[in-house]
Amino acid sequence: MASADLTHPNAIEPDEPQPWQRFFSFSVDHKVIGIQYLVTSFFFFLIGGALATAVRVELATPEVDFVSRELYNQLFTIHATVMIFLWIVPAGAGFGNYLIPLLIGAKDMAFPKLNAIAFWMIPPAGLLLISSFFVPNGAAASGWTSYPPLSLVNGQWGELIWILSVLLLGTSSILGGINFVTTILKMRIPGMTINDMPLFCWAMLAASILILLSTPVLAGALVLLCFDLMAGTTFFNPTGGGDPIVYQHMFWFYSHPAVYIMILPLFGAISEILPVHSRKPIFGYKAIAYSSIAISLLGLVVWAHHMFTSGTPAWLRMFFMIATMIIAVPTGIKVFGWLATIWGGKLRLNSAMLFAMGFVSMFVVGGLSGVMIASVPFDIHVHDTYFIVAHLHYVLFGGSVFGLYAALYHWFPKMIGRMLNEPWGKVHFVLTFVGFNLCFLPMHYLGLMGMPRRVAEYDPQFATINNLCSIGSYILAFSTIPFLINAVYSWVAGAKAPANPWNALTLEWTVASPPPEHNFVGQPVLKTGPYDYGVAKQGAVRKPISQLKASDILSGSTR
Amino acid sequence: MQGSAVDSQQPIALESTSHGAEEHHPDLRLFGIFMFLVAEAMIFLGLFAAYLTFRSVAPTWPPVGTPKLELLLPGINTLILISSSFVIHKGDDAIRENDVKGMRLWFGITALMGAVFLVGQLYEYFHLEFGLTTNLFASTFYVLTGFHGLHVCFGLFLILAVLWRSRREGHYSNTQKFGIEAAELYWHFVDVIWIVLFGLLYLL
Ligand code: HEM
Ligand SMILES: [Cu+2]
Repeated sequence: MASADLTHPNAIEPDEPQPWQRFFSFSVDHKVIGIQYLVTSFFFFLIGGALATAVRVELATPEVDFVSRELYNQLFTIHATVMIFLWIVPAGAGFGNYLIPLLIGAKDMAFPKLNAIAFWMIPPAGLLLISSFFVPNGAAASGWTSYPPLSLVNGQWGELIWILSVLLLGTSSILGGINFVTTILKMRIPGMTINDMPLFCWAMLAASILILLSTPVLAGALVLLCFDLMAGTTFFNPTGGGDPIVYQHMFWFYSHPAVYIMILPLFGAISEILPVHSRKPIFGYKAIAYSSIAISLLGLVVWAHHMFTSGTPAWLRMFFMIATMIIAVPTGIKVFGWLATIWGGKLRLNSAMLFAMGFVSMFVVGGLSGVMIASVPFDIHVHDTYFIVAHLHYVLFGGSVFGLYAALYHWFPKMIGRMLNEPWGKVHFVLTFVGFNLCFLPMHYLGLMGMPRRVAEYDPQFATINNLCSIGSYILAFSTIPFLINAVYSWVAGAKAPANPWNALTLEWTVASPPPEHNFVGQPVLKTGPYDYGVAKQGAVRKPISQLKASDILSGSTR
Repeated sequence: MQGSAVDSQQPIALESTSHGAEEHHPDLRLFGIFMFLVAEAMIFLGLFAAYLTFRSVAPTWPPVGTPKLELLLPGINTLILISSSFVIHKGDDAIRENDVKGMRLWFGITALMGAVFLVGQLYEYFHLEFGLTTNLFASTFYVLTGFHGLHVCFGLFLILAVLWRSRREGHYSNTQKFGIEAAELYWHFVDVIWIVLFGLLYLL
């Protein structure tokens, strides 16, 4: 088994512990910014989680008892907005910021100041959004989709704040995307071609392309919505000749790609984590790399599958149905690549690996329900029911959140310089896995039976199952406690992490944990490919991963 | 002048490295600006698509009773903006020859033309017989031209910034011209968007 060269000149100790105050400063160091992103977004995850728990408390019984109908609408609206725009999107950007320069051997991102500006837009936007609960008529209450005309008749101030906050977060995301594309394309060390770079970089590249091409369209839609809301125009108001469907098109032109903006970075992270802890090369490097790009391009032309019931003409629905089903192909390619990677490997079942395998299995469930609802006749039946809620949580929670946890367990030692506690990590995994499935699996059934989403009260026949879901959500809420204890305790007093605790081969593990200020002393040298586990003998000529034969990898015969 | 980090030739990424001889990355800022313009173009494309959809869904377009748009003034304005793109390019040619004076001249003319465009636009606004909320056509008209107008303002600001900075001897040269190229690129972008906009709103 080849291991990274620990005598490498970069494997030095950091000069001295850097002061914690830097996390509260306008730092331009991508590592500080990455951690700022992750901590901030995790904070908003807790807030979004609290809102979700309130929603589930209300839904534990069929009657309206815990909160008013109006407040219920605000709760689920802000819950979803926080989870999407303030947790998953920025957390993905956080890992991107921290890891990409390290993975490609660069000293920082291409535009460090822009990077800091992009980050510092997030806290004010988030606080603004949360504060909207306290304005007259309360927060936005029309769902995270904010469809007019509904969004124009609910509380005006809450809606305005929602628009401003999302515009700010979108701008931040675009600035981040510019930085990622430039860094990945232009700042790799000499000798690392685009086909040698770690798969996380491919995934971030694909996600950033989507950010650049789709987020601006959402911004355009929100500006028009804002005019309707505040200035009396009628872009989306049929009584004045406007067309609410145009908003839906513009919204989903962003928000379908957004689901890939939220999942692609984690696809990338999983492609890094699985080979390391399976001690095998990734299976199908090129297939996984190019499928990220395929997903991002196809992802731009499937948006109207969210609008099958919006009076979309039949021929158009047919097009979007087929395009949507095609997108399952590159997605499936990845899943099979991951399965073949762990197949026959020497698995290390630590917390990172458990979450990574949880990611793959839960994401597959969500992907399968995705293909089901891609089919028009089926979707007309379950649209706006709990089946959709089940689908989106399997991909977003079972996918993105499990992936984020896997990445946190995997890279925490590198970022903080301390190891996380393994038993606590496993407790965290089991609670999350059980709570998640208890909460969301039954929702498939609820949806099939016709329970609509976004309503505070429901038919008493669904009471038992909803109760079960609520219990699952309480377990899920509770599951963050072991993680928080573990993270805080380990950050302060965990065992010191060596430079390369996992014996991994990507460049970030060749430097100390945490890495010194400019990452590398001089120019790092590529000695192995990113996934040459069990392939290259020390000193042997390295064979690019893209030239390995599939059969070698699958059989593990090179190990 | 402060803010020289933005305008100096040093790639920002390597600005503060202290570790001996580093290989130098090419200047990436223009590439970054290009990415930014791709995003900007997508906002406009989204709005154009919305406009075309409104138009194709409406029974009559523009809605009955919309006063006809005057073509003469906007036509002249369009010609001014298009020619300003050639003028600003002359400025770029000049700086390639290390001719800062020439660059300043051409950029000054461009700024003037941009200002004339904006004044013409405002004049048109004040003389139109419909307001923002008159009907759907009026709303899209004002939002699209207004949003574009903001971009002209920003482009003008960039050009003026170049003029301001170039007061100082040696701030720009044929090897140090990021600011100039950025302003030019942005100006071309604003110009191209206007051509599409003009076609959509006035001619189609
Ligand atoms: C195999 C791939 C996938 C397919 C075929 C698919 C298909 C669909 C379809 C057709 C809908 C609309 C259903 C309706 O509203 O009636 C939908 C909703 C949704 N999907 Fe997926 N999906 C896939 C993957 C994903 C992924 C990877 C994510 C996120 C990480 C995601 C997140 C969502 C969300 C958030 C919604 C609900 C949006 C809303 O109405 O609030 N999906 N999906
Ligand atoms: Cu979708």
